[in-house]
Amino acid sequence: MCTYITEKFECDGAGKGASGWFTLREGRVYVDHPYHAGYEHTVNIDFVNPAEGPSARVAVELTEEAALALVDAIHKALAAAPPGLASAKGR
Amino acid sequence: MWAGTVTFPGHEGAELEAYLARPLSEEPRGGVVVIHHLPGYDEATKEITRKFASRGFAAVCPNLFSREGRDVSPDDQAAAARAKGGVPDEQVVGDVAAAAGYLNSLDHANGKIGVIGYCSGGRQAFLVACSLRIDAAVDCYGGYVVKSTPPDSTIKMPSLLAKTPDLSCPLLGLFGAEDQAPSPEEVATLAAELDKHGKEYEFHSYDGAGHAFFAVDRPAYRPAAATDGWKKVFGFFGRHLAA
Repeated sequence: MCTYITEKFECDGAGKGASGWFTLREGRVYVDHPYHAGYEHTVNIDFVNPAEGPSARVAVELTEEAALALVDAIHKALAAAPPGLASAKGR
Repeated sequence: MWAGTVTFPGHEGAELEAYLARPLSEEPRGGVVVIHHLPGYDEATKEITRKFASRGFAAVCPNLFSREGRDVSPDDQAAAARAKGGVPDEQVVGDVAAAAGYLNSLDHANGKIGVIGYCSGGRQAFLVACSLRIDAAVDCYGGYVVKSTPPDSTIKMPSLLAKTPDLSCPLLGLFGAEDQAPSPEEVATLAAELDKHGKEYEFHSYDGAGHAFFAVDRPAYRPAAATDGWKKVFGFFGRHLAA
């Protein structure tokens, strides 16, 4: 089945796509058919910059387990660093 | 066969990229418009298009996400189109009408047009069959024909059930009994609506198969269902698209 649901979030940082590094502006998360991964459904995450066109995209297609492990790893890595170290507000 | 990329004007004159496959023979032939699934204009859909040419039809698959940019890869086009909420129904109808006109402009066209779509394309095949005068339509597990997408969906696809009286041609529906969108209940609802309006149709639901059982490059592929499904598709188009 197709879910047709996409969660979006504002994104600030940089990503490396097919044509090199670019500034990220938006993140999109959806659970649906992947384009490439060998599963019927995956957690698909796109990091994009719409102003630079559709090719300004870093894409991953993860299993549910891998996606949750990523979330967990992000929380652990942030917890291990001094609070606010990677915050845009601390610049 | 000859197969390759072509371009022609789509809905409101926008340039459409499309994949054309046609036999080399000079026999009169029917045309088939192939509507790709939500992941986009991919290699598997091009293979399906060639399959029709190998069986004597001229087939074209318009890239419904062409407007996302000429030099953009199909996966990036699909992601961008999805983020915008998908493509509007009227645009799909316009693009498929243009693809049908293109097929009919080719040498040896017999003027008959069939449409087939997979997944979201299955819904769009039904939409087109209720919006244009065509000769045959095949809906392969199209979701959201009976129900609308949920209110929180990024992609808005309204129910098409009310369009059933406008169905212009015979309809073949191929479904997986284990699919959830469309569920067996939704398939039954659509069949009842078609009966109510006296429409010509045949539905087949395959046990042991779910969504996307035709997709040879995905784990959902079910060889037995797909093999029988292809037999049904070629029989159906053979009957309805002959000169």
